[in-house]
Amino acid sequence: MSGGVDSSVAAGLLARQGHDVIGLSMQLYDHSARAESTQSNRDVTFGSCCTLDDLRDARRVAGAIGIPHYIVNFERQFQEHVVSDFVREYAAGRTPIPCVHCNGDLKFASLVERAQAFDAEAVATGHYAQVEFDAATRRYLLKRGADARKDQSYFLFTLSQAQLARARFPVGALDKAAVREEARRLGLSVAEKHESQEICFVASGEHSAFVGRRAEMPSGIIRDREGRVLGRHDGVHRFTIGQRKGLGLAAGIPLYVVDIDAASASVTVGPKDALDRDALTASGVNWISGEIPAGPVRASARIRYRHREAPATVTALDVDRARVVFDEPQTAVTPGQAVVFYDGEVVLGGGWID
Amino acid sequence: MRAYFDHNATTPPAPEVVEAVVRALRDDFGNPSSVHHFGQRAKALLDEARTDVAALIGAEPAEIVFTSGGTEADNLALRGAAEAIESASSRRQLIASSIEHEAVLNTVKALGRRGWTVTLLPVDATGIVTPGSLAAAVTDQTALVSVMHANNEIGTIQPIADLAAIAHAHGALFHTDAVQSAAKIPLSVGTLGIDLLAISAHKFNGPKGAGALWIRRGTRLVSTMTGGKHERSRRGGTENVPGIAGMGVAARLARTKLASDAVRIASLRDRLETAVLARVPGAAVNGALTPRVPNTTNISFEGIEAESLLIALDLEGFAVSTGSACSSGTLEPSHVLRAMGLPTHRTQNSIRFSLGYGNDEAQVDALAAKLPVVVEKLRLLVRR
Repeated sequence: MSGGVDSSVAAGLLARQGHDVIGLSMQLYDHSARAESTQSNRDVTFGSCCTLDDLRDARRVAGAIGIPHYIVNFERQFQEHVVSDFVREYAAGRTPIPCVHCNGDLKFASLVERAQAFDAEAVATGHYAQVEFDAATRRYLLKRGADARKDQSYFLFTLSQAQLARARFPVGALDKAAVREEARRLGLSVAEKHESQEICFVASGEHSAFVGRRAEMPSGIIRDREGRVLGRHDGVHRFTIGQRKGLGLAAGIPLYVVDIDAASASVTVGPKDALDRDALTASGVNWISGEIPAGPVRASARIRYRHREAPATVTALDVDRARVVFDEPQTAVTPGQAVVFYDGEVVLGGGWID
Repeated sequence: MRAYFDHNATTPPAPEVVEAVVRALRDDFGNPSSVHHFGQRAKALLDEARTDVAALIGAEPAEIVFTSGGTEADNLALRGAAEAIESASSRRQLIASSIEHEAVLNTVKALGRRGWTVTLLPVDATGIVTPGSLAAAVTDQTALVSVMHANNEIGTIQPIADLAAIAHAHGALFHTDAVQSAAKIPLSVGTLGIDLLAISAHKFNGPKGAGALWIRRGTRLVSTMTGGKHERSRRGGTENVPGIAGMGVAARLARTKLASDAVRIASLRDRLETAVLARVPGAAVNGALTPRVPNTTNISFEGIEAESLLIALDLEGFAVSTGSACSSGTLEPSHVLRAMGLPTHRTQNSIRFSLGYGNDEAQVDALAAKLPVVVEKLRLLVRR
C-alpha cells in the first residue's frame, strides 16, 4: 500500500470480497534522515512517493477498510536492487527504469517472502495489469490492464511463473475513473489524490544530481557523427538517447543525442533521422511462459513505457537474449530501457535493450 | 484473543484513572491559576496529584514539576540544569550512559552542538553502567551526570546510588530517567541520593501527556518552557489538569499495589522466559537477569528478522515490540544492545516482551506455545 489510490482500492476490493487482507507498506529509505537534512546536505533528497505523508494515507485507508497495516523496512533491499542499479546504469550511459526492478526484486520477491511468513497466499498490488491462469497450458498469463492508457504490464515483464502465481492485481480489470469511483464508494480519503509520475526516489529533474553524488562522473565531449567536437559536458549520466534539450549547442538544425559512450565519456549528436533503428538486441530476457520460443515470433514490441508499440519479429538468441527486428524503423531505441513483446493483450516477455 | 505484552511502550490506564481524567475534564474544568471557585477546584486536583506523585518516589510535593511526559521532564532536567550552570560556573561537561532513552541521548547531543562536552559511558556485556566507568570519566569539569534507572529495552537496573555518589564527590549534579522503573520497583529519591528524576504517567497505567520532573530542593534550574508562573515558574503553561489528576491516581494505585503486583508480574515474566528458552532453540536473553525490573525480558531469536516476528505475532494476537517503540520504523540496530557489545545480527533479531497488570498465565502460556511455531516458520523462509 503506497498510499495512492490504486493500491488503496486494490486492498479495499479484496477486503470487500471477503479476503483476509494484511496491508503492507514498504519503507524504502530513512525518512528521519530526510527530516534532518539541510540545504547543504542535499544527498538525502528524494522524490514524492512513499513519503511519511503517503505512509499516513496508507494507514488511514487500512483503518477505513478495517485491515491491519504494517510498514516493512526494505531500505537495504531497495538500495541493493534498485538505487545502486539506477546509478550504475546512468553511469554506464544507459537510461534505467527502476520500477521494473522494484516490482521484480522487491514487491514480488522480498514482499512475497514476508507475506508467506504471515501465511498470506498472494501479494496484491495496485498495478494496472491482469493475471490469468490458462487451463489449457497450465500456465499463468500476464495481460495488459483493461485501461489502455494506464496499462502497467510493461513494468512487470520480469515476473516468473512462480511470481505470477502469487500476484493479484485487483484494479487491473478497471479503468482509472472506475478506480476513483470505487475509492469514493469505499469512502477512502485518497480518492482524489494526484498520481505520482516521476521516479519515486528522485525528485523531478534531479536525477543527474542524484547520480552525480553517488558516482564519479568524468566530464567529456559532445561530438557529431563525423567526430567533430561541438561542446563539452559534465558527465554522460545527464543524457538520454533522443534528448534534444539541455545540450548547450548552437547549430543550424535541431540536434539530438544519438549515442552515449560511457567508456570514452563521449556523447554523439545528430539530426532526428539518425535516431532511427530497425533492430535491437535485448539481454536479461524473460519469457512469461517460462519457455524460450524455438523460432521467430511475431509480436508488437514496446521500447519504452510511452511508446506506440511497433510490429516486430522477435528471435531468441540464447537463454536470456533476443533480437528484435521492427517492420518499420523506430526512433530513439534507448539502451537500459525495456523492450516488451505483446501478442494482443498478452505479454510474451521482455528484456533490457543493449 | 488479543494479549498485550508491550507495557514498556505504554500501559492501559486503570479504570480509576479513566474515571479521574473524565471527572476532571468534565467537572473540574477551571484554570488552576484562577482565583475563583472553579480555579480552586482544579488547583485542589493538582495539589492532590502532586502529593500522590511525590509519595510514589519518596519526595516532597513542592519538589514536583508536572510536565507533558518523560521526554519533557528529561529535557527540563538537562537543558534547565545546563542553562543554570552556564551562567553560574565554568563546568561544561555532560556525562550520560550510552544506553539512555533518546529523550536523554538526543538532548545531550543537542547541548553538545551548543558547546558542551558530552561523554557517553560504556556499559558492560550485561547492560550495566559500572561505577568504575563513571569514576574514569568524571572530572571537576563535569556539570551533570545522567544515567537511567531502568533501561526501557532490556530492563536492567543501574547502580544509581553508587553512581550518584561518584558524581557528587566531583561536585556534579545527578539526573536519572526513572520512566521505566517508577511504579515497577520501590523508588526513593533520598535513598538514591540524586538531584533530578523524570517519570511518565502512561508507563504506570496513567494517561498519556502527563509526566513529572522531581527537582531536589535547592537545585538550580532554568525554566525551558517560559511563560506564566505555573509550577513555581519552573514550567510555563496551563497545567494539563485531567492528565495530572489521572497521574496522581495512577501513582496512588501503584503505591498501594506495587509490592504484590511486582511479585505477580515477575513470576509471569519468568514463566514466559523459561518457557521460551526451553521451547525455542537459538533463543537467548539479552542483558542481566538481575537486577532487572520485574516486567521486562528481551530475547534474541537466532536466524530471524525481528520485524517479521513482530508482525507475525501481532497477526496471531500478541503485541510485542522490537526494542524501543520510539525507534520502530527504522532498521537501526538497537543502540542499547550494540552498546552491550552484541554482534549485529543479535541487535536485529531481538524482541522485547514487557508485561503488566492485565496479563495472566493463560496469555503467557498461549504466547509461549505460539512462539516456537512462528519462529520456526520464519526460519524456514529465511533458509530458502
